[in-house]
Amino acid sequence: MAFIWLIMLVSSLGLMLFTNPAAAVNSMIDGAHGAVELSLNLLALYAFWLGFFALIERLGLSRGLERLLRPVISRLFPSCDTETRKYITMNVSANLLGLGNAATPMAITAINRMDNGSAKASTDMIMLTVISATSLQILPTTVIGMRATAGSINPADFLFPSLVATVLSTLIGIIGVKLCSKIFDRPRKNKEVELSESAPLGNITPSRTPRHRHAQKSEKPSKSLRRSKKRSAQGESR
Amino acid sequence: MSAYIIPILFLIVLLASFIRRREPYGGFIGGARQAVDLTINVFPYLLAIMVAVEAFRVSGASAYLANALEPALKSVGLPKEVAELMFLRPVSGAGSLAILDGIYTNYGADSYIGRCASVIYGSSETVFYISTIYFSQSHVRRLRYAIPVALVATYTGCIVGCFLLRFF
Repeated sequence: MAFIWLIMLVSSLGLMLFTNPAAAVNSMIDGAHGAVELSLNLLALYAFWLGFFALIERLGLSRGLERLLRPVISRLFPSCDTETRKYITMNVSANLLGLGNAATPMAITAINRMDNGSAKASTDMIMLTVISATSLQILPTTVIGMRATAGSINPADFLFPSLVATVLSTLIGIIGVKLCSKIFDRPRKNKEVELSESAPLGNITPSRTPRHRHAQKSEKPSKSLRRSKKRSAQGESR
Repeated sequence: MSAYIIPILFLIVLLASFIRRREPYGGFIGGARQAVDLTINVFPYLLAIMVAVEAFRVSGASAYLANALEPALKSVGLPKEVAELMFLRPVSGAGSLAILDGIYTNYGADSYIGRCASVIYGSSETVFYISTIYFSQSHVRRLRYAIPVALVATYTGCIVGCFLLRFF
């Protein structure tokens, strides 16, 4: 994110030097004003929806949802223990209700429980990431609120196409992960070796010296991924 | 039809919390209070990205990007005005929110462009941010096919969702 932000600013400032230098400062200050206005609007929206969601939570609706999801989760995450599955179920049901902030800590806990010291993500970890990242959200609350603020006649009239899109993307994600795990996951003979070789906590770039065939093979495709990870780690994650 | 969903949902939740004595008023206040912290946390990111987005638009760089991506977007039936949104959505929540706000202001929330942007924002997530945060405390450094699969799935969903918009 930090990189994209820099690119956007540098390219537009560079361009404006040639076309319209007077507009440079004005446009940036305009943006800052816009941010204040937008965050005031967001404060109203967040307060409204979080208030409503607090009621849903008090009713115990999320616990009922968890019970409904349990059989699906155990099929999607075959190699997890029961405790980990509980966290995954909580994560998915919080995401379903649009409570992304409540969902994140559960996912971190679940991933940590699945962590066996290897630097490579397991299929179950990837499955959890893809399910969250394709966002199975029933009620896109922020968008509904923003449309209402913008004076829409019926702010919720995109719900059905949006629901189809979100369900479809999650389904494609699940199928994709299943397919990729069939294609890329060979029987792991080098598991023990990798355990001893894993990078220590807090060190983002693992040791680059490929000591065995297995590491050599998977070195290339992961490079760009790691770079983009680092980039976004500097952004909003703090 | 969809105009009824949210009011009915509200009615059910309010009545159910009243009947089961869960103090709906106090619960709502408690939930609404969390919004203050959330907004304050988001604000600096929002400001930084909106300064860049505004400069990007005024300088004309955004128009270049949209024109460059137009043929690709047109082939899947999307208006070129959503190019920036699709580009920024997987990377930054605050950034895409700023773009969504801009689209509503410039083209109207009820235009096809506005509705298309709603579907894109509402049905997707910040793929890169999620995958960074989720693994932030584990030993895992290689996510393998997680991000490509998530991106392909998200964009396919968006395209189909925007296509369906023409019928609803």
